[in-house]
Amino acid sequence: MNLRYLASRLAQGLLVLWIAFSLSFFLLYWLPGDPVITMLGAGGELQSFDPAEVARLRAEFHLDQPLIVQYLFALGNLVRLDFGTSIQAGTPVTEAIAAALPSTLALAALALGLALIIGTVIAVTATLTRRPWLRDTLAALPGLGVALPTFWVGLMLLQVFSFRIPLFPAVGTGTPAAIVLPAVTLAIPLSAIIAQVLFRSLQNAWIQPFVTTYTASGYTRLRLLLRQALPVALLPTLTMGGVLFGQALAGSVVVENVFSRQGLGRLAQTAVTGQDIPLVQGIVLFAAAVFVLVNLITDLTYPLLDPRLRAARRKLESTSGNTLAEASDRADGSAGASPAGSTAVTAAAGSTATATGIEGARA
Amino acid sequence: MTTIASPAAGSITSPRRRSRFALAALAAGSLLLAGCSGSAAADGDNVTPQNGGTLKVAYDVDPTCLDGQQAGQNVTLNITRQITDSLTDQDPKSGEIKPWLAKSWDVSDDAKTFTFHLRDGVKFQDDTNFTSASVKENFEAIEDLGAKASLGQTYLDGLKSIATPDKQTVTFTFDKANAQFLQATSTMNLGFYASKTLKQTAEQRCTGDDLVGTGPFALDKVEHNKAISLTRNDDYDWPSSLAAHEGPAHLDGIEFSIVPEASVRNGSLLSGQVDVDTSVQSQDEKTLEAQGLDIVSRANPGVVYNLVPKATGTIASDKAVRKALIKGIDREQLKTVVSEHQAPATSVLAKSTPQYEDLSDLLAYDPDGAKKLLDDAGWKEGADGIRAKDGKKLKTTLTYWQDAPFLELVQQQLREIGFDLQLEKKTIAEVTALQAEGKEDFTFGNLTRSDADILRNYFGADEQNANARKPGEVDKVLARTTETLDEDERKADFTEAAKLILDEGYSIPVVELTGIVGTGKNVHDFTFEASSRYQLYDTWLGGEH
Repeated sequence: MNLRYLASRLAQGLLVLWIAFSLSFFLLYWLPGDPVITMLGAGGELQSFDPAEVARLRAEFHLDQPLIVQYLFALGNLVRLDFGTSIQAGTPVTEAIAAALPSTLALAALALGLALIIGTVIAVTATLTRRPWLRDTLAALPGLGVALPTFWVGLMLLQVFSFRIPLFPAVGTGTPAAIVLPAVTLAIPLSAIIAQVLFRSLQNAWIQPFVTTYTASGYTRLRLLLRQALPVALLPTLTMGGVLFGQALAGSVVVENVFSRQGLGRLAQTAVTGQDIPLVQGIVLFAAAVFVLVNLITDLTYPLLDPRLRAARRKLESTSGNTLAEASDRADGSAGASPAGSTAVTAAAGSTATATGIEGARA
Repeated sequence: MTTIASPAAGSITSPRRRSRFALAALAAGSLLLAGCSGSAAADGDNVTPQNGGTLKVAYDVDPTCLDGQQAGQNVTLNITRQITDSLTDQDPKSGEIKPWLAKSWDVSDDAKTFTFHLRDGVKFQDDTNFTSASVKENFEAIEDLGAKASLGQTYLDGLKSIATPDKQTVTFTFDKANAQFLQATSTMNLGFYASKTLKQTAEQRCTGDDLVGTGPFALDKVEHNKAISLTRNDDYDWPSSLAAHEGPAHLDGIEFSIVPEASVRNGSLLSGQVDVDTSVQSQDEKTLEAQGLDIVSRANPGVVYNLVPKATGTIASDKAVRKALIKGIDREQLKTVVSEHQAPATSVLAKSTPQYEDLSDLLAYDPDGAKKLLDDAGWKEGADGIRAKDGKKLKTTLTYWQDAPFLELVQQQLREIGFDLQLEKKTIAEVTALQAEGKEDFTFGNLTRSDADILRNYFGADEQNANARKPGEVDKVLARTTETLDEDERKADFTEAAKLILDEGYSIPVVELTGIVGTGKNVHDFTFEASSRYQLYDTWLGGEH
């Protein structure tokens, strides 16, 4: 890969950030409400305010300027990496995000890890089993997992495993045990996505000629699946990393509320209801930046993970090796996520990420 | 109807011991706060308070700003009350002002000069001394905060000078009579912080870093959307004269965790993971009581939940409409949709306000009277049952953010008299912005203060002027209340003002706002101070959850 490619990808990333910033700025401006009045009326009880004081505070936050001036001002601050101060809490935005980040990262990482295990187990079992009823049941699970409201799942888990059987604490982030139920709750929709995609691509891989070849050379179904078909099928699944990361972040809003956890989701929710514009923008930009980064890393490392390259490196002498390479090519393409395709759509749809992308979310 | 028990402890009766305490309270002749009911006093022999333990309190919302001088949020003020003390304290039963950091005070007859004589040996949690200079410094800081300390500003309205002749004496001089100031000195909005707190910017103080008071608990750690922990101030030796004990607090500490989901708070309380749920939903009350847990409640003093008409509004400007709304609400029926611990309004002021007087005869349900008023004013019923006049429909949209499901019943009741009340629940941000614009016919809300001066402050044409009306008869009566320190006279004046306000239909009272708190069986002496915020100095933990 050359520098020119890298520079163009970085420029694309910056473009995405600028669009995210501008969209969120104008959206927040368009919302009814006045952040200064909101801040002063934080008690919620009816109050009237000294107009002079309100005007002074509006000036302090540059809210008295024309929209375009406010926008340019905010953009200027952004370029200088000054994200401003939360209107409601008085803390710098970067500090507020930094305080909320570790708990959300721990939650998202654990949930993604769990989801990967659950999703793989479901897909592999559904592919391997010779019992139609089991296959049909397992194949229906992802649909159910996506359809179940996260909110409800969380409350049910709490009801059973915290209130009835006191295994896990219901409140807070204090102990390691407190992360278990939230992570399981968040993992359910994520594992459903993984299981769905993986099951499809496993089925695709399963009908490829190389499977027949391996079966003929005496491979057992399990060994064949784990050693040959799964690596081929995982690649398109792992390109879902970006989507999964987005899902995890969106899911954290609900999960963090149900489980009373500190985190980015809760922070975003309170910032939006309180119209804390600098804080909302900080969170939007942060999420967009991580998203861009995840996709960039995905695209840059994709060739390293491509099985065709690995296959070439191993310099397989047997004819079956060539068949494998061809087969993987086809299997890959059929899942609609070839490296070239992913690069083209990354910036806009942000639909690609690899295993590295998931690790990126963890770090 | 039960009453608050021992005045000194301010503790609250449990259903088991209600009759005995009620008798004691009757004997004390203190029925002022009838309507408060509650919990968690003592179990059998276990009456000696025990020391130790951390009280785990579940909050529903995060206190965004932790500085009690700036904030008006109950969640903040409940914490402020534990970490700061005030010059005076107000007896939640009688409304009387009692000594705290000031051991005595003198007020001039014109209610313009207030001199406080401070207690000796009071220290801030950073070991600096609390003196008259601290009082001056704090009150000046509140003035400097401007609109950010909107409650403080109204309390200090007209303050001309603060003199400190010696370390234990401080004199406030106002340029006009300000009788409400004495009660204001008992509020946590006028609680005291150390010099190092006051040197910070308003924003820094909000974060809770170095928020140092003189109170029985010190702010230890603030983690937004997670928990706020307080630890006991072991040097504390200057409780209010209303407190039940001396020396440091019983509890080792208090942890406020933020649990937004009502069902999670309820489940956590039932399973003993928290000791106190500060916001019990009415549907959960029965479950808690069935499990033997206690419900503690006290109506917020001040202006009740009410519809406030604007004289500038298109239909609210018609007095007949305003008066018809008062008559058109069946407040008895509202009892069926609110908590059994919450009462329908019987005046503009809640029962827990010291100067409260029952005006329920002015709020009687009279749908026929309401219809007649509207008929006479030319509002004729249309085909859809909604009245109209000169092609203008008798219809308004009320925006609100509060958890107020009873408004839906009000909506049905008003439809009976041909009034179309449309309800729109929005976020606080949107509602406050709409209210600031002032274009709506009616607003909805309440105002908490343990003094009827809130009437003057809120409805007075020279003050907030919530009705956006021209000065009138009521303003003369309200002005009179600032000049007298005689409580009987003040009560008579405020009652007259409340009657005038209702007579003009400037307030359409609905129900009282009551915080409903669930406590575990191990929680004893969980008490409310006069403004219905928590006073946890005497609270202790003991026995099984």
